[in-house]
Amino acid sequence: MDIVINFSSGLCLFIGSFLCVSGGIGILRFPDFYTRMHAVGVTGTLGAAMILIGLMLHSTDLLVFAKLVMILLLTLLLSPTTSHVLAKAALHNGLMPKLSQNTLEQSSLDLKSKETASSKF
Amino acid sequence: MIDIVLLTLLLVVAIAIIRMKDLFAVIMLSGIYGLLSASFFVAMDAVDVAFTEAAVGAGISTLLMLVVITMTGRSENTTRHKPFPALLLVVITGGLLIYGTLDMPYFGSADAPVHSHVAPRYINDSMQEIGIPNIVTSILASYRAFDTFGELVVIFTAGVGVLALLSIVRRPIKGDKIAAVNDSMHEQHLVIRIVTKILLPFILLFALYVQFHGDFGPGGGFQAGVIFAAAIILYAMLFGLSTARIVINQAFIQLIAATGVLLYGCVGLVSLLNGGNFFDYNFLSNDAIAGQHLGILLIEWAVGCTVASVMIIIFFNFADYRERQLSNENQHNQESP
Amino acid sequence: MLVAATLAIFVAMILAIIRGISGPTFYDRILAVNMFGTKTVLLISLLGFVMGRPEFLDIAIVYALINFISVIAVLRYSDTNQFKHTPGAEPCNRKSTEKEP
Repeated sequence: MDIVINFSSGLCLFIGSFLCVSGGIGILRFPDFYTRMHAVGVTGTLGAAMILIGLMLHSTDLLVFAKLVMILLLTLLLSPTTSHVLAKAALHNGLMPKLSQNTLEQSSLDLKSKETASSKF
Repeated sequence: MIDIVLLTLLLVVAIAIIRMKDLFAVIMLSGIYGLLSASFFVAMDAVDVAFTEAAVGAGISTLLMLVVITMTGRSENTTRHKPFPALLLVVITGGLLIYGTLDMPYFGSADAPVHSHVAPRYINDSMQEIGIPNIVTSILASYRAFDTFGELVVIFTAGVGVLALLSIVRRPIKGDKIAAVNDSMHEQHLVIRIVTKILLPFILLFALYVQFHGDFGPGGGFQAGVIFAAAIILYAMLFGLSTARIVINQAFIQLIAATGVLLYGCVGLVSLLNGGNFFDYNFLSNDAIAGQHLGILLIEWAVGCTVASVMIIIFFNFADYRERQLSNENQHNQESP
Repeated sequence: MLVAATLAIFVAMILAIIRGISGPTFYDRILAVNMFGTKTVLLISLLGFVMGRPEFLDIAIVYALINFISVIAVLRYSDTNQFKHTPGAEPCNRKSTEKEP
């Protein structure tokens, strides 16, 4: 039983740290803001969740466990919200995604219509 | 190892802050700086300091600076004067300070005055004298109650100063106009508004937990006050200042701020009247330990009330000023064409 | 494994700081701060376990809350005119400015 718990917590921690590092590389290497946000958003949520679950498996105290669950819930609630708000604010203030040259003119039209659509929310 | 990495990162961020011209980026980086130094404090096992740094350095001060930035403009003015004399002065002072540190005992050495003078007494005797597991709280609230009183008065003075400077030109605010501005803003913020509604009770509850848990773990009045204020500020940001003012109006919050300082002073006075020294809580009750508990509880309450309400006052006044600025601009724009 | 995870978080933090310092637009900086905050929460939880002090978790909760509040504040106060993203207004702004006719 002990071995199973140790192994699974190690696995969770490993996946989590891998995701965190890959998110870090993503925020550095991706070409523009929206793709970077994708890197941070995806890996931030799942990576944080994995690490926290790994820690939960380690914890012996019920209070510690409860606090970890609380942090997990907070992360899962807040991180997507922040990403959503950030993307919307960037789009509203006219930051265009970087696209390949061919699709640019078409996409800028698309974006304008999207902007008017998103202001209704 | 962790310390070295964190300190290097701190240095890098500090240099980047100096080199930045865009004040907004500076605020973002100082947020990172706050988080970094807080993790440094955590790595050094200074939990209470890390708590305060998280709440104040990374949280409230970023908020307040942001509001100020929106009033002052975004880019730094280029300096006209030659900075060389200042640089010389700074280099000399820094050199002297570093020279001074050479005389100090090594980091963590056991025979340093810090470790041989009062610290052993606090560590060994505070459990019998105060009866509270968290030594930091017993030092802050009981042994050093007078210092904390000073800090509280400083915070209160800051709040009074902001009030005196910014609320002179208080006019009856045209309610519907501001409400209209707010409504147009709220249409866009549906998701965060709902998330905030879910979150707010939790934050307030957590602030109370921090307030009462200060005796046993990291926490206390300062941190709790700041967290409480942050929750109210979050509400005010998303639901509009006028809505927030309905919940907490200005007169009430000013009253609370003053009451906190008064309560703190009164605890000292009562112990004085009961025949002890100023802030000697042993005389608050028949039993010395019970007196200490009562005194620390009251004082943490006083600190929490004052800190929370002063933070809220500062934010409200800044944001109010900015909204008036905005509405003036709007009027101007409407009239000019 | 805990130590390895801590190191991984450190690497991610360093990368986020680089993006925060260099980040061309100010949204990149907000993103970096946000990521940095999340990573700090994780780092502190991990440190609590590594150093055997589980009361660090309180601080992690505060960080999660404060991080959210400050990012919201940034975005709330960024919708004034001076933060409108006009291409070319900031010198080192972004590479895709040339696409505007």
